[in-house]
Amino acid sequence: MDAISGPAIAAAEPQSARRVMTPPSRFGDRAFEWLTLAMAMAVVVLVILLGWELCRGSSPAIRKFGFHFLTTSTWDPVAEQFGALPFIYGTLVSSLIALLLAVPLSIATAAYLTELAPLWIRQPLVSLIEMLAAIPSVILGLWGIFVMIPWLRDYPFPLLKRVFGWTPFFTGPIYGTSMLAGGIIIAIMILPIITSVSREILRSVPNLQREAAYALGATRWEVTRIAVLSYAKKGLFGAVILGLGRALGETMAVTMVIGNTPQIAASLFKPGYTLASVIANEFTEATTDLYLQALFEIGLVLLGTTILANLLAQALLQTMSTTSTTRAVQ
Amino acid sequence: MVNLLMANPDPTVAERVERDTEPAPSPEHAPLYTFQVKNLSVWYGEKRAIDDVTLHIASNAVTAIIGPSGCGKSTFLRCLNRMHELVPKTRVEGTVLLQGDDLYSNSVDPAIVRRRVGMVFQKSNPFPTMSIGENVVIGLRLNGVRNQKFLNERLEKSLRMAALWDEVKDDLHKPGTSLSGGQQQRLCIARALAVEPEVILMDEPCSALDPIATAKIEELIHELKAQYTIVTVTHNMQQAGRVSDYTAFFYLGRLIEFGPTTKIFTNPSQRQTEDYITGRFG
Amino acid sequence: MHLQRADNHTWRKAKSGLASTVAFFSALLVIAPLGLVFFHLLVNGASSVNWNFFTKLPTPVGVPGGGMVNAIVGSLELLALAAAIGIPVGVLGGVYLAEYGSARVNSLLRFLADVLNGVPSITWGVVVYGLVVLRFKGFSAYAGGLALGLIMIPLIIRTTEEVILLVPNGYREAALALGVSRWKTIVHIVMKTASKGIITGILLALARVGGETAPLLFTAFGNRFWNHNLSEPIAALPLQIFTYAISPYDDWHRQAWAGALVLVTGIFCVNVLVRILTRGRTASIV
Repeated sequence: MDAISGPAIAAAEPQSARRVMTPPSRFGDRAFEWLTLAMAMAVVVLVILLGWELCRGSSPAIRKFGFHFLTTSTWDPVAEQFGALPFIYGTLVSSLIALLLAVPLSIATAAYLTELAPLWIRQPLVSLIEMLAAIPSVILGLWGIFVMIPWLRDYPFPLLKRVFGWTPFFTGPIYGTSMLAGGIIIAIMILPIITSVSREILRSVPNLQREAAYALGATRWEVTRIAVLSYAKKGLFGAVILGLGRALGETMAVTMVIGNTPQIAASLFKPGYTLASVIANEFTEATTDLYLQALFEIGLVLLGTTILANLLAQALLQTMSTTSTTRAVQ
Repeated sequence: MVNLLMANPDPTVAERVERDTEPAPSPEHAPLYTFQVKNLSVWYGEKRAIDDVTLHIASNAVTAIIGPSGCGKSTFLRCLNRMHELVPKTRVEGTVLLQGDDLYSNSVDPAIVRRRVGMVFQKSNPFPTMSIGENVVIGLRLNGVRNQKFLNERLEKSLRMAALWDEVKDDLHKPGTSLSGGQQQRLCIARALAVEPEVILMDEPCSALDPIATAKIEELIHELKAQYTIVTVTHNMQQAGRVSDYTAFFYLGRLIEFGPTTKIFTNPSQRQTEDYITGRFG
Repeated sequence: MHLQRADNHTWRKAKSGLASTVAFFSALLVIAPLGLVFFHLLVNGASSVNWNFFTKLPTPVGVPGGGMVNAIVGSLELLALAAAIGIPVGVLGGVYLAEYGSARVNSLLRFLADVLNGVPSITWGVVVYGLVVLRFKGFSAYAGGLALGLIMIPLIIRTTEEVILLVPNGYREAALALGVSRWKTIVHIVMKTASKGIITGILLALARVGGETAPLLFTAFGNRFWNHNLSEPIAALPLQIFTYAISPYDDWHRQAWAGALVLVTGIFCVNVLVRILTRGRTASIV
C-alpha cells in the first residue's frame, strides 16, 4: 500500500520541488527564437545595405557617365572627367601578378603540408602560415615601403631589366613603387588563404586515392601528382579564385607600394593604381558631389567584382564539400 | 495491489491488460497505472515507427521494454515524456495519460511533462562545465528555484537516493566528468531525481557500463521502485529479467506481448516473443 | 630489361626527392615574409617603443619625442564599440543558425555570411560613410566602431554556429528532460558548453578588425589629440601607422615602426591566447 502511494507522499511534502519550481513560460522560448532570428537576419540586412548604399551613392555618376565610366581612362577631378579604366586595369594586372606568384608557391606548400613533409614539421608550419595571415595589411605596407621597395629597386628589378628588358614589360626607369611591387605585396597577402584552403582540399582527398596509386608502385611525388593534385583540381581552382577575390579587394598594403598613378602602361616598373587604392586615397579629398559619386561607383565596381569572384569560388569549393573550411584564414 | 497483479497467474498479454484498464475505483488508493497509453502511433516523416500500441504501465513497478534494435522501443519511451518532439517532422496519434492527464493535450507544456517524467540516457551526460553539486541541482535552478537551503537539501537527498552521496560528499565541487562511468550514470540519475519526477524513464542506462557498475545501477533501480514508477529500455534480456516486474516486447513498431516478466520469460504466449527470448533472432 | 627497370626506378625516386625539395623551399618562401617582417619590426621599432610611446600624445612635425597613447586608447575604444555591435548580433545569429531555422533558410544565411566575409573591408568604410558620416555631417568614433562591428558580424556568426554544432546533442536532451525550457537550455547549457569556442571566435574577429585600416580612413578619420566625445573623429593605431608611414619625416617613420611593433604584438598575443584556449582540440576553429 505504501509503495503505491509513494508519489502521493512526495507530492504532499511541505517543501516539494514541484511546488517551488516556476512554471515554464512559452513567451521566453518564443522571444528568444525571434531575437536570434532577428540577429541572424543581420546578414540579409547587411547584403541589402551594401548594395543599396553603394547604388544610391553612385547613381548620379552612373546616370551621367553610363557605360563610359568603365571604358574611359581620363581621371581628372578638376575637369570632372571620371573614367575608371586605369583602376580596373591596375586592379586586374596587380591581382594577376599576385596570382602568378602566389598560386604555385601556395599549392606546392599545401602539397608539402599534406603529402610530403615529415609529420612533426606540419603543425608548426601551419601555425606560422596562420600568423602570416594575421599580420595587418598596413604593417605589410609599412614593411613594403621601407624594406621591400628599396631592395627590389636595387637588386631584382635591375636584374629583370637586364634579362627581360627586350620585352615591353620590364622597360623604363625603375622607381621602386610600381605595379610589380603592388603585385608582389598582394601575393604575400593572399599566400596564407590559398595555402590553407588548398591544404583543406588536399586533406579531403580520400585515402583510397592514395592507396590505389601506392599499390601500383608509385613514388610519393607520383602519388601526390596523379592521385591527389589531379583529383583535387576543381577545389584547388576554387582556392585560387578565392585568393583572387581577396587580391582584388586588398587595399592598404598595395596603396602604399603601387605608386598611385592612374595610367595604363605595359611596363610593370611603372606605377599603377587600383580600385581600392583610389577610394582609400581620394575619398576624403573628394570636394565635389560628382567626385564623391564617382568614388562610390568605383566602390560598386569593386564590390561587384569581388562578389563575382567569391561566388565562383564558393561554387567550385562546394563541389569539394569543404566550404566550412574556406574561412580557415579570413 | 501491484503485488497481487504480479502474482496473477492469468495470461496477461496486451489484450488482456487492455481489458483490465479500469480497476474498481477505490478513492483512498493512488491510480493503479501511472501511464495509460491508448492506440499510440508515431511517424517520422513518412516512416511509421510505432504502430497502434496500447499499454498500461503500473505504478511503483519496473517495466522493461525489450526488442531488437529498430523495433521502436526507444521511440515509445520518448513518447512518454515528449522527448521525440526534438526530432523534426514527428507526428503522434493516440493518447498517453499520466495519472489521468493527457500529455498531448494542447494546453500541456512539454517542459511540465518532462518535470513529471524524468529521463536517464544511454550515455551518461553530466554537464561538462559544472561540478558534481551543480549538476544535481541545475534542473531546479534553471526551473526557477533560488532558495539555497532548499537546493542543498535536495542535493543531498537526490545523491543519497542515487546511492552516490557517500562516494562524492567531499568532492561536490569537482567536475561531474571526473567521476567514473558508473558514478556518472548515477549522477545523472540524481540529477533526474532532484526535480522530483513521478516517473523515471531509462534508455539502456547500463549499455556503456562494466558489469560491476551495471550491478549497482540495477540495485538502485530496485530501490527506487518504492517511490517511483520506472520504465526502462534494454537490449539485455538477462537485465530485463533481473530488474523488471513487467516486460513489453516490441517488434517492428508493434507491441507483440506485454505481461509480468516471469510470464514473458518462462511462458510467452506469442511465437515471436519466444523466438526473441530464446535468441533465435534480434 | 631488369637493369633498365632499376634505372627507371632510381630516376623516379630522384624525381620524387626533387619534388619534395622544391615543395619544401616553397613552404620556406611562404613563411619568409613573416620572419622578415618580424625582424624589421624589431630592428626598426624596438628602440622607439618606450615609456613615452605609451604615455605621450604625438608631437608636431620636427619636435622629437611624443607617443601614440591617443591612438592606442582610440583603437581600444573603437574595438569596444565594434564589440558592442558585432558580439551580440554575431553570437545570437550564430545560435539561430545552429539551433533553429530550417535547412533551406540556414544554407541561404550561411551563404550570405560567406559572401559578406569576402567583401573588401574598404567597402564597409564607404557604406558607413554614406550611412553615418554624410547623414550626421562628420567623422566620428561611432562611425568607425560601426564599420568594424559590421565586419565582425558575419565572422562571429560563422564561428559561433560551428562551435555550437559541436556540442553533443546529449547535453541538450539531458537539460530538456529536466523540464528546462528550450531557451534556457540553449543559454545555460549549450552556449556555456561551447563558451570556449565562442570566445575564440570573438577574439579572432577582434584581432582581425583591430588591424583594419581601410574601413577607418573615412569613418573614424584619425585625430592627433585625445578624443573627448565619441561623435568626434578618433585616432586608431593602424590609421596612425598609415599616416606616419606615408609621411616624409624620419621621426614619424620611427613612430610608425614602433606602432606597428605594438600592434603586431597585440594581435599575436590574442592569437597565442586562442591557441591556448583551443589546445588539445584539432584546430577546427582556427
